[in-house]
Amino acid sequence: MAKVDTSLPLEYQTEQNRLNILGFWIFLGAEIVLFASLFATYGSLKDNFAGGPTPTDLFVLKDVMIETLLLLTSSFTCGVAIWYMRRHNLKGLITWLIITLLLGAGFVFFEVNEFIHYVHEGATMQTSAFLSSFFVLLGTHGLHVSVGIGWAISIIIQLARRGLTPTTARKTFIISLYWHFLDVVWIFIFTFVYLARMV
Amino acid sequence: MAKNHENEKFPVSHIAGFIVSLLLTFATVGAVKYTDLPVVTIMWIIGALAVIQAILQLFMFMHLTEGEGKVQLINIIYAFFCAIVVAAGTIWVMTSGHVHY
Repeated sequence: MAKVDTSLPLEYQTEQNRLNILGFWIFLGAEIVLFASLFATYGSLKDNFAGGPTPTDLFVLKDVMIETLLLLTSSFTCGVAIWYMRRHNLKGLITWLIITLLLGAGFVFFEVNEFIHYVHEGATMQTSAFLSSFFVLLGTHGLHVSVGIGWAISIIIQLARRGLTPTTARKTFIISLYWHFLDVVWIFIFTFVYLARMV
Repeated sequence: MAKNHENEKFPVSHIAGFIVSLLLTFATVGAVKYTDLPVVTIMWIIGALAVIQAILQLFMFMHLTEGEGKVQLINIIYAFFCAIVVAAGTIWVMTSGHVHY
C-alpha cells in the first residue's frame, strides 16, 4: 500500500496522486501554447474580411456577456464544489458539480446559437480568413467545454458509486483544474476576440 | 503544500475571487464602451485586466501553488512565456508590414 499522508487533502495523500496532478499541470501548459497558436492565427488574420461581415456587423455585446458570465460563474461554482470535497461533503460536492455543468451547458447552448446566428448572416468558416480563424479558435474552446461536460458527468457517476476516496478525489480535482482553465482561456477570447474589436 | 482549512465555514477566498473577477470583467467592458481613450491605451488596459484575472483564477480557484507547487508554477510561467512569444511574435511578423518584402 502506498504511503498515505492524512494531513493533506484527499487528492494529495499519495505520491501517485501528487504526480498525476503535476502531470495535468504540464498538460495545461501544452494547452496554453495550443491556444496561443490559435490566438496568433486570429491576431494575424483578424482584418482580412474578403468583403464579408466584420466584427461590427456580427458581435453583440449582450450575447458575449451572457456567455462570459455563465462560464465565469461556472468556474466559481466548480471552486465551491472542490471546497465541499475538502470538507468530505460528498453531497455538497456533487450538487455544486451539477450546478457547474448546467452553467457550462448554458454556455455551450448560447455559443451554438451565436454561431447559427452568424451563419444565417452569411458568416461561415469559408467566408473570410477573419471568420476561419475566429471559428477555429472559438470552436476549439467550445469543443473543450463540451468534452469537459462529458468528462465531468463520468466523474460524477464514479463519485456516486464509489464515494470520496483518494482516487475519486484526485480525478475530481483534475477535472476542476481543466474547467477553471477553460475559463482562463475564455478571459482572453472575451478580451481580444470580442471586446478589442468593439473599441 | 496544501492544508486542510476545515475550520472555514464559507468558501471565502472563492467568493472574493469571483467578485474580483466580475469587477475585472465589467471594468473591461467599461474601458471599451465608456471611455474615449486612444485605442492603443485601451488595448493595454484590457490586456492587463485579462492577465490579472487569469492570474487570480490560477491562484484562487486552481490552487496552483499546492502539491508540487514550485514545479507547477515554473511550468505555467514557461507556458505563458511560450504563449506570449508565439502570439505576439506571430502577430508582429504578420502585421507589421515586413511580410511584403
